Amino acid sequence: MVEPATPETVLRLTGITKRFGAVTANDAVSFALQKGEVIALLGENGAGKTTLMNILFGQYTADEGTVEIFGRQMPPGHPRAALDAGVGMVHQHFTLAGNLTVWENIVLGAQPLGALSLNASAARDKVRALAARFHLKVDPDARVGRLTVGERQRVEILKALYRDARILILDEPTAVLTPQETDALFATLREAIGLGLSIVFISHKLHEVMAISDRVLVLRHGRLVAERATAQTTRHELAALMVGAEVTVPEVAQASPGAPLLSLRRVSTPDSGTAPGLQAVTMTLCAGQITGLAGVSGNGQAALSDLVSGLIAPTSGEMDLAGAPVRGWSPRTALAQGVARIPEDRHKTGTIADFDLTENAILESYASRFSRRGWMDWSGARRFAERLIATYDVRCPGPDIRVRLLSGGNMQKLILGRVLESGARIILANQPVRGLDIGAVSYVHGRLTAARDAGAAVLLISEDLDEITRLSDVIHVISEGRLSPPFARGTMQPQELGIWMSGQRFDEAGHAA
Amino acid sequence: MDLFDILLSASFWAATIRIASPLIFATLGELICERAGVLNLGIEGIMVAGAFAGWVAVLNGLPLWGGVAVAMAVGMALGAVHSVLSVPFGLSQHVVGVGLTLLASALTFYTYRVMLPEVSSPPKIAAFQPYEVPLLSDLPFFGQALFSQTPLTYAAFVLAGLVALVLYRTPLGLAVRAAGESPAAVAAQGLSVTAIRMGAVIVGSGFMAVGGAFLTMSAFDSFFFEMVNGRGWICIALVVFGAWKPGKALLGALLFAAFDALQIRLQQTPMGALVPYQVFLMLPYALSILALVVMSRRAEVPAALMVPFNKGER
Amino acid sequence: MRLEPIANPGLARTTLPPALALLATFGVAAVLALVAGGNPALVFGEIVKGAVGSKFALLETLNRATPLIFTGLAVSVAFRAKLWNIGAEAQLYAGAVVTAVLGTGALPWAAPALLPVLALAAICAGALVLLVPALLKTRFGVDEVVTTLLFNFIFLLFVSYLLDGPLKDPMGMGWPKSARLVAEARLPRIVDGLRLHWGFALALICAAAVWVIDTRTTLGFEMRAVGQNAEAARFAGIPVTAVILKTALLSGGLAALAGYSEVAGLKGALTLDLSPGFGYTGIVVAMLAMLHPLGVIVAALFVAAIFVGADAMSRNIGVPTYIADIMLATALLLMVLAILLTRFRVRRD
Repeated sequence: MVEPATPETVLRLTGITKRFGAVTANDAVSFALQKGEVIALLGENGAGKTTLMNILFGQYTADEGTVEIFGRQMPPGHPRAALDAGVGMVHQHFTLAGNLTVWENIVLGAQPLGALSLNASAARDKVRALAARFHLKVDPDARVGRLTVGERQRVEILKALYRDARILILDEPTAVLTPQETDALFATLREAIGLGLSIVFISHKLHEVMAISDRVLVLRHGRLVAERATAQTTRHELAALMVGAEVTVPEVAQASPGAPLLSLRRVSTPDSGTAPGLQAVTMTLCAGQITGLAGVSGNGQAALSDLVSGLIAPTSGEMDLAGAPVRGWSPRTALAQGVARIPEDRHKTGTIADFDLTENAILESYASRFSRRGWMDWSGARRFAERLIATYDVRCPGPDIRVRLLSGGNMQKLILGRVLESGARIILANQPVRGLDIGAVSYVHGRLTAARDAGAAVLLISEDLDEITRLSDVIHVISEGRLSPPFARGTMQPQELGIWMSGQRFDEAGHAA
Repeated sequence: MDLFDILLSASFWAATIRIASPLIFATLGELICERAGVLNLGIEGIMVAGAFAGWVAVLNGLPLWGGVAVAMAVGMALGAVHSVLSVPFGLSQHVVGVGLTLLASALTFYTYRVMLPEVSSPPKIAAFQPYEVPLLSDLPFFGQALFSQTPLTYAAFVLAGLVALVLYRTPLGLAVRAAGESPAAVAAQGLSVTAIRMGAVIVGSGFMAVGGAFLTMSAFDSFFFEMVNGRGWICIALVVFGAWKPGKALLGALLFAAFDALQIRLQQTPMGALVPYQVFLMLPYALSILALVVMSRRAEVPAALMVPFNKGER
Repeated sequence: MRLEPIANPGLARTTLPPALALLATFGVAAVLALVAGGNPALVFGEIVKGAVGSKFALLETLNRATPLIFTGLAVSVAFRAKLWNIGAEAQLYAGAVVTAVLGTGALPWAAPALLPVLALAAICAGALVLLVPALLKTRFGVDEVVTTLLFNFIFLLFVSYLLDGPLKDPMGMGWPKSARLVAEARLPRIVDGLRLHWGFALALICAAAVWVIDTRTTLGFEMRAVGQNAEAARFAGIPVTAVILKTALLSGGLAALAGYSEVAGLKGALTLDLSPGFGYTGIVVAMLAMLHPLGVIVAALFVAAIFVGADAMSRNIGVPTYIADIMLATALLLMVLAILLTRFRVRRD
């Protein structure tokens, strides 16, 4: 089929402005998407990308501005309108019901609610046909809860295609994929473009933006600050545009590792729901060293994190802390033995939203440091909180305000302060910079490296392979609860790590053994 | 009469089905609410209000089915109160439910006193009479046990099938199940989680009220204050017991009713004379707790049950 | 619509919604009074007069408030830790049963020894009654709302059995009633000649004690942390299960004191109608008090005043006394909404 010579505008946003209270999330954003084009929407966390897409989707109503799809202006605040006009969105946090099957998730909302039948067999056939055409292998009758992350993303894409989407919006689609899965996704997207679809690709990963897009739009503090043709720009320029300044990635100096502080020998933990437990994992955390854990999310990171945190105990194998076997393992004993933890989810696990800063600052140490015979020492607690706020640059009106009102970065600094002030010898950092802006990211990384240099053993868990390779002195890869041998800094290429992440190398090792 | 005689008598099974009927209505109502993600603890009060509304409507000249419709409407109105507070405002479903039970019961008793100020014993209505299903009711044993029930009982069983059909075979049912499982998935498809959940609570509350009306219009023919007597709470246990599935919930209600029918009959045996009657009356409640303990570990609870959904929030 | 947290709610934000909620409650009651053929002004006037219009009325209100302070505290302690104890009714009767069993001559002691022992025994009984659902929650994950509710029915049947058999008063002429407590087991009046017993003072002391526990002790901190976010609490090393069980013991014990105070202070015997739903009304009291222990005192007085006043009003002008229950249920529902609106703003996207 021959593409028409004149470009056809499929999507046009004009002067979109959205305020939340005093914050302007989007400030007069305008752009147009042409048929068969991929534009990348680049920006830091909090730059306003997600808000913009929520407006395009009618989840939010813009204060000003209009959305036109295929030349028709969308009524504000009608999520169905955009869907019906042919826009499909693949959300960063999958919007799938785990207890339903793949086809049920796909047809959800695709038929009028008053219809008397689901037409299950016709739906299944259509799903199979689409899956074959776009090389999205997935079983329509499988429960979504049992699928891997990569498969779930395919279901998300199929959901959009099932409704005959002509415009696909993908929000940070590669965050949860191995490099190989990312390549497969890009192949699917190119297929879609060939069939006349148009794509908006939201990301903050520069090399991916360079690889897939025709045009790049840079969003900063809610404003569209730059537009570049991908062929005529560089990663370096885009990074500078995104942050608003020249970016210098600090080099992490070589470590001088010391004695082993925590060692696991053939440790296993039970599975939890669909998340695999650890399977005979062996690893050693040494003083003065950052150990990175690479892997696709949902492959046992949670189990390792819970184990080190004290939330679960090994079902088999040995776990030594500074040479002595652990006993009565619990969060409290972990803390008492000098294990500090930055949890994956700072909202749900790390803090109590409606407690004030003081109460959150002492959450882990109230029993040992701020109470006497069952009575709280509130003045001591408050002094401690004030010191944390000052030392760790937590921007807030004071120690009496609820943590709910802090930004993500300031919340994380509070947790970081709590962790580092505990004088811990072992630091677990699970996704320590997820969702933070670049300033906060380098602050957190700097503090973790400093803690390493001061002799702490750091276990860094992240889905961001760049973060792992940059910070870690030693890298393990985790896949389906199995742990790779340690790889020293600089000895592994990302592609090779990707093969480990996909589980392939483990299988080979298994066959060899 | 010993245990075997009881279990082999058609009247025992007929009683089982009769006792199960109000529980089936109310359990299905609660199941619909919970499948959409809302725990409705207003059930006890809604059943009280439904029992009164249906009865008083017939007392004032409406036909029996008109009374059922009035009960359903009252239940839906109370469900609307619950849903406004618990869905868009996302208030604690525990507090809203208990509050609604208190409100519905108090409103019922108040209305009763206002409408019937001076009566010592409440008036009776001409309640639903058993309908002998042609041919089937002539079957030996089964005819009397299954096919000589009141129309409202047959309706309860039809409703169970209907609810299963809608939940599993229609787009609407899929949307309801998804709303209780992953509201974000529903919202992403351009459907309103708020509307689906509110609708489920309102319709479910209507069925609860019909369950209450069964007591005054089919099981008995009058209204008493202590009539519902914890049946609503038992239905909540039955939803858990039925693993949130209509078919299993129906079986649970029948099993439960069988025990209830059995304990009534056992009270009249020589054993009944030895054991205080309160022990028999305790059995249904104790059984419900036991059912909860046994089933709670295995059942797949709707993942978003009791989790309010705030659009745009992660 | 969307709810948006308010960073610094002003005075109007924090006071207006609750005030409107109360106003609306009275509006509902006025309509209902009209429906029943009563003049709303007259109805409210009679309620006020009946609640606080005379020394007798006032004392009656204070007496009625006493068990409500206990059950209100029991509920607020539990709800703060997100332990949904709807079973204060059963725990109240547990305390009452123990008081009646031990207070009818089983322990031949003088009052200064007997009364504290009875109170302790009652506390233990109520604590045990709530411990069962709490253990079912922590061990098996069974929702405690339903189990505590069902236990209310079971326990009331148990009391009915006791009053039919082992505890039946031989002189009771067939009424389901226990023998009267011995004189040493009766809570004395606070002031001679005034019909107000020490149970009321004990309730005030308990409210103060709960407030101190909440704000000054590690247990209070732990209970609040578990209630606000159990996952974060567990992660931070707070022993969540133990805290829930301790909360259950405290809550059950407080509810049981209501039974103790009613039997030893007011009634002098165990009856089947000892509590006209004090356990359930405790939920209303606790919610109106926004779960604050000192607020419970105020809320209990308010609720008691409405009940006592409505009783008197009903005797005088015939509007059914259930208008009090309606007012309280309405106040409960509107108040939880009002409290939400003090902290969140409703936005149309």
